[in-house]
Amino acid sequence: MRYLLRRAAFYLLTAWAAITLNFLIPRMLPGDPVRSLIARFQGRISVEATESLYILFGLDEQKSLWQQYLDYWGNLLSGNLGLSFAYFPTPVVDIIEQSLPWTLALVGLSTILSFVLGTMLGVWVGWRRGTWADGLLPVTNFLSAIPYFWIGLIAIAVFAVAWPIFPASGGFDPGLIPSATPEFIGSAIYHGLLPAFTIVISSVAGWILGMRNMMVTVSSEDYVTVAHAKGLPERRVMIGYAARNAVLPNVSGFALSLGFIVGGTLVTEMVFTYPGIGYMLFQAVGAKDYPLMQGFFLIITLSVLVANMLADIAYAVLDPRTRQEG
Amino acid sequence: MTGEPVLEIRNLSVEYGYDADAVRVLRDVNLTLHAGEVLGLAGESGCGKSTLAYAATRLLPPPGIITGGEVVFTSTRDDRRYDLLTATDDELRATRWEDTAIVFQGAMNSLNPVYRIGRQLTDAISAHRPEQSARQRRDRAAELLDMVGIPADRLRSYPHQLSGGMRQRVMIAMALALEPQLVIMDEPTTALDVVMQRQILQQLADLRTRLGFSVVFITHDVSLLIELADRIAVMYAGEIVEDATASQMYRTPRHPYTDGLLHSFPPLHGPRQELGGIPGAPPDLMSLPRGCTFAPRCRVALDRCRDERPALTATAFADREPHRRVACFQHEREAAAIPPSLTVM
Amino acid sequence: MVTPAQAPAVVTEPTAGSTRRRRGLTGNLLFFRNRKTVIGLVILGFFTVLALIGDLIAPYDPSLPSEVGLQPPSADHWLGTTLLGQDILSQILVGTRGVLFVGLLAGLLAAVLSVLVGVTAGFLGGIGDEGLSLLSNIFLVIPALPLIIIVAGLLPDAGGLTVALIIALTGWAWGARVLRAQTLSLRRRDFIEAARANGESTWRIIVFEILPNLTAVIASGFIGTVIFAILSEITLAFMGVTNISEWNWGTILFWAQSNQALALGAWWWFVPAGLCIAAVGTALTLINFGIDEFVNPRLRTTGKNAKILRARRIRARVGFTPVYRGTGKEQS
Repeated sequence: MRYLLRRAAFYLLTAWAAITLNFLIPRMLPGDPVRSLIARFQGRISVEATESLYILFGLDEQKSLWQQYLDYWGNLLSGNLGLSFAYFPTPVVDIIEQSLPWTLALVGLSTILSFVLGTMLGVWVGWRRGTWADGLLPVTNFLSAIPYFWIGLIAIAVFAVAWPIFPASGGFDPGLIPSATPEFIGSAIYHGLLPAFTIVISSVAGWILGMRNMMVTVSSEDYVTVAHAKGLPERRVMIGYAARNAVLPNVSGFALSLGFIVGGTLVTEMVFTYPGIGYMLFQAVGAKDYPLMQGFFLIITLSVLVANMLADIAYAVLDPRTRQEG
Repeated sequence: MTGEPVLEIRNLSVEYGYDADAVRVLRDVNLTLHAGEVLGLAGESGCGKSTLAYAATRLLPPPGIITGGEVVFTSTRDDRRYDLLTATDDELRATRWEDTAIVFQGAMNSLNPVYRIGRQLTDAISAHRPEQSARQRRDRAAELLDMVGIPADRLRSYPHQLSGGMRQRVMIAMALALEPQLVIMDEPTTALDVVMQRQILQQLADLRTRLGFSVVFITHDVSLLIELADRIAVMYAGEIVEDATASQMYRTPRHPYTDGLLHSFPPLHGPRQELGGIPGAPPDLMSLPRGCTFAPRCRVALDRCRDERPALTATAFADREPHRRVACFQHEREAAAIPPSLTVM
Repeated sequence: MVTPAQAPAVVTEPTAGSTRRRRGLTGNLLFFRNRKTVIGLVILGFFTVLALIGDLIAPYDPSLPSEVGLQPPSADHWLGTTLLGQDILSQILVGTRGVLFVGLLAGLLAAVLSVLVGVTAGFLGGIGDEGLSLLSNIFLVIPALPLIIIVAGLLPDAGGLTVALIIALTGWAWGARVLRAQTLSLRRRDFIEAARANGESTWRIIVFEILPNLTAVIASGFIGTVIFAILSEITLAFMGVTNISEWNWGTILFWAQSNQALALGAWWWFVPAGLCIAAVGTALTLINFGIDEFVNPRLRTTGKNAKILRARRIRARVGFTPVYRGTGKEQS
């Protein structure tokens, strides 16, 4: 329990740091483009909304930085992240609400799938070290050196253009209206397959490699030799003794690399014009929609923090040493 | 005390590495363990004593490889007899722990940190006795813990919640789970303080009297073996250089190396004496001398010792000590050179 | 995409002060004899040469349109042309410099930062360590790429130098973490204790005793960051966040994407740039493996032995020692 509390405190601190960073970045950088954009929307934008943008970007020079910071937090806590420029006058929060579920489903599921798949393959490759299974390593090495989005491009070229079995873009059939009907869900899954495949292919290599190396290390631990000496069945030794311990550093590695992986997967969305956070972020960057960019950074960071916490809880469940009972 | 042979190691050779740079760590080792016997295996670190135990059980990790010999196990309870070096994986799995159990060096890492003690005690039982119920297994695990003086409620503990001494006793209990005929102990008490060491060794002696298994006890501490073992084999540079009963070895060490080993520990009983020790360092296994491997450090070495390698054979006093073997050209001379303080006992 | 967590973790074996010099000579030779390292260095060397002379040997002006738009590879245009008739080979040749420049610069800056933070934290201990570790953990958890995108997006026309700076500022944390752990274990080694007992100043100990022993870790961290920097930079260019008039491989992919190269079936537009990225990334990873095997001999021997083991049909594994009665060493 102490372990989880300590981790929770760390995440709260990190969340605070990320939010403060989000507050400071636009203030440290030249603010003129934002001002000119606000000027362009003058008249179509309510006084209130203008004010919230001023708070967001620190354009109000009358107020002290501290006062701005307090106002910023006030806005944030009431769920006000300003208005989007590109989708004017939709509030940023609404756009996040629309796109977040798509990203959670695609990136979340495929990242977990990739981790599980890679870990299982890594267990197998690490256990059978010195056999032909080692031949898998150069391939994983090559795959891990390629950016996600390029694999996405190739996947589209092969499976959507040259041999059209999957749709090249979008999150669902444009003829359908988002709803909970089986037809719509089926279409969403169908559209998600190729991007999910891309994410799995490009990230699985790292997990295979990491787990394989841990298996090799753990296999030489005394308790694995003891398990062999006890005459336990091979599967029991491999899973219960070697893999069960080797997965621990892999889980903490998973938590630590989430920030990097999410960055890569967001770009995959872009390539597939998938209606999630990544694609919308791309749109926001293209349209210089600063409030939307800021909002997205915030929500991405907070999601990664939540995912990190979940990984930590999983770690605590897996490793009895983290739950000291006195 | 010597009964039928349980484990016969014949011409066992082991190398580390697979290419031209491979090191021969065991060279044609011959050793027989009899039923009910406690055999001590002594020598400096790196002499191959642990390697011998692990190679004989086929548990030596890579890059270790067995390059010759045989290790024959003969059951004293039924008429099974097999060579461990030709056994298949499945045959090995079936006989491991059932016939031969091991207590490993350093109990800190011998227990799986993520499983409870109870589970680690019962999983060997369930692998070998699938007909037993979970209840029977748990009762047996509690009984085993009780045997080594640990309360049964510790079954629900994780290894990190136990002290070093407790963990080592758990390992001993684990080794006895299937009542094996042979228990190999690799420096089982080295990491513990003296009080704990004594306590565990006493317990071990009691258990052995009750259950009657044979023991191979590996340690660098010869004085411990003198008290504990029936017979002692001393290893040097991958070979056995002397094999004798504990009392013979203590009274009249025939090999100069054994003599040096005995003099590097203060005796627990008897008059005070000077600690001798052995000058020089163990040889590099990559480039062994042509003759006797101990010759460069030996006080009594002659020219012959530097040219020829002595074989492990019966001593010149074979009529008086029939089962004793030594690998030294000078062992007759050495007998006379023993200081009177040692022969008093 | 390589994340630092997946990059091979360098484990330094104990290198006491006295053995350092000996390792220096024979060790370096070993390092360059490693097949992986050599392949990696050759590929990287090839692209470094391209980076230096790319604009001189480029057959065309990479930005100059021509009438022959969207041509597949031919004798005139080895890698074909864009929709506007620009020569793709020239774009790749000219773009190499930007890729390597940003990658190396960012890697260098991040390495300096990680050494400063990591070694200081590891050596100081106490509250200083807690604070610096907390800082690197925070930077590690905050997703770097979105942060880079936001900052680069807020800046008008971010060029190579700016991008390198931003990447370095966000990418130093992993190296710092690994270095801190290594410094911590070094600090307790005998030769450091001895230096301290001799009254050597903290500065001297760090520069002359600790840093030389961290070379491999620093090098591996540097290469890891270069990979991360190159991938980030190309991703930024591909998204069009950075200045799209500066050529690099990401810019080529940006134009390919925005001109629907995929739908047009113009594979030559996006395949070569991607392969170049993969080649550079693989080269760097191979060098890193080389460093890893150089530092950790246990990994090295398995690679060397694999062939012998296969030839003799021996499977080296834990728990069942192989028995091989073939040509062992001659009986002595």
